[in-house]
Amino acid sequence: MKKIETDVVVVGAGPAGSMTAKWAAKGGADVLMIEKRQEIGSPVRCGEGIARSWLDRVGITVDPKWVARKVKGAKIVSPSGKHSLMIDETKAGNEVGYVVDRVFFDKALAADAARAGTKIMLKTSATSLVKEDGKIAGVRANSYGEPVEIRAKCVVGADGFESQVGRWAGIDTTLKPSDITTCYQYRLTNIDYDPDYNEFILGSVAPGGYAWVFPKDENTANVGLGVLLSKLKHPGEVKEYLDRWIARDPRFKNGQPLEAVSGAVSVCAPLDSVTTDNLLLVGDSARMIDPITGGGISHSCLAGMFAGKVLAKGVQANDLSMNTLQEYENAWREKMENSLWRDWMAKEKLITIPDETLDKLVEAVSKVDLQKITVHSLLAAVKQTYPDLVKEFEDLI
Amino acid sequence: MIVSIEKCHHCGACVGSCPKNAIFLNDLVLVFSEECNRCGRCVKVCPVGAITMEAKK
Repeated sequence: MKKIETDVVVVGAGPAGSMTAKWAAKGGADVLMIEKRQEIGSPVRCGEGIARSWLDRVGITVDPKWVARKVKGAKIVSPSGKHSLMIDETKAGNEVGYVVDRVFFDKALAADAARAGTKIMLKTSATSLVKEDGKIAGVRANSYGEPVEIRAKCVVGADGFESQVGRWAGIDTTLKPSDITTCYQYRLTNIDYDPDYNEFILGSVAPGGYAWVFPKDENTANVGLGVLLSKLKHPGEVKEYLDRWIARDPRFKNGQPLEAVSGAVSVCAPLDSVTTDNLLLVGDSARMIDPITGGGISHSCLAGMFAGKVLAKGVQANDLSMNTLQEYENAWREKMENSLWRDWMAKEKLITIPDETLDKLVEAVSKVDLQKITVHSLLAAVKQTYPDLVKEFEDLI
Repeated sequence: MIVSIEKCHHCGACVGSCPKNAIFLNDLVLVFSEECNRCGRCVKVCPVGAITMEAKK
């Protein structure tokens, strides 16, 4: 069997993997990133809406190549469609959003990693962990149909929602049905809509989740929805929910699909641990997705940067024990753990609220003067108007 | 478990939802391991209904 030696092997070349690889390589580590697909960034499994504010913090320079559209803000629509909450540019300051092209965005991040010295192998899927004297010592993979053993001081599981690498290592990333949202989306063209706002529609259009319209251009948008697994009754129901909604919304009357996107996201509370000796998880595989928005890119990039920096140090010191990786664990928790808990509790509440109450809620919150498009500001507004709804976690708001 | 290759989008929704980590997606092909206990979660989670449970032998 072919053998490869490296300091760090990163499984998965999404944003989490590429950011980890980049920062580890920058710090002097030998990094190999493997990707099971034949193309980085494809197939897309994402609504592609991101906020603007965090990019600078992780060293990503905005490139027109991967920005499909700059939006002026967000619009949250109540189940009946009668009430909506507009959070626009003027109120949001810098917090305007982008709708990106993941096909280009993911490649740009991987190219950054490559420039820092990362080696990349495509069509290479990890199949199991290599263990030596009970210690994790790399991954076995299948590369272009041939088995390969990649020996590494540390394995990074950046394998997305699948989250198999962590589970092979004994990190429990198993999800409950009420913590999984399953999604379907079309890139729909020839539609007649407002291309300046990311729209989120609440309620029974997408039980336990929401429906979205994220603008790609003047008459094309990512139109999709996510439904909580525990609210589903029969196979294939998510696509049916989407097709029904599109059929009855007049804006999409002449719409035609250019792409179909399928996938699932975790909407769970933060994990107890995402590290073990010689292995760490980052991004979706570490279940870092925000349970309210279902967004994961910002957390993936931030955690990837933290992980990469800690890995570079660990490689230099030749110590990638859990003890060394604890610094990564502390860093991501400091930035995200509280908000992940808060948003998970908010989600648990939100999924119990009937359409009529959601309508009243959106109406009430729309009257509060909001400064920012954040889950935090929205929950704070809910707290003002419906304190009972957020009573159980008000200390996190 | 039976996977319809005409319906499957290779998205991995079933892989990450499987409580036994018994599904493997090698880019385009879904493989179920012996760990599969036929709980049926993959059947429900698949956004397009590409997975069905075969009748018990």
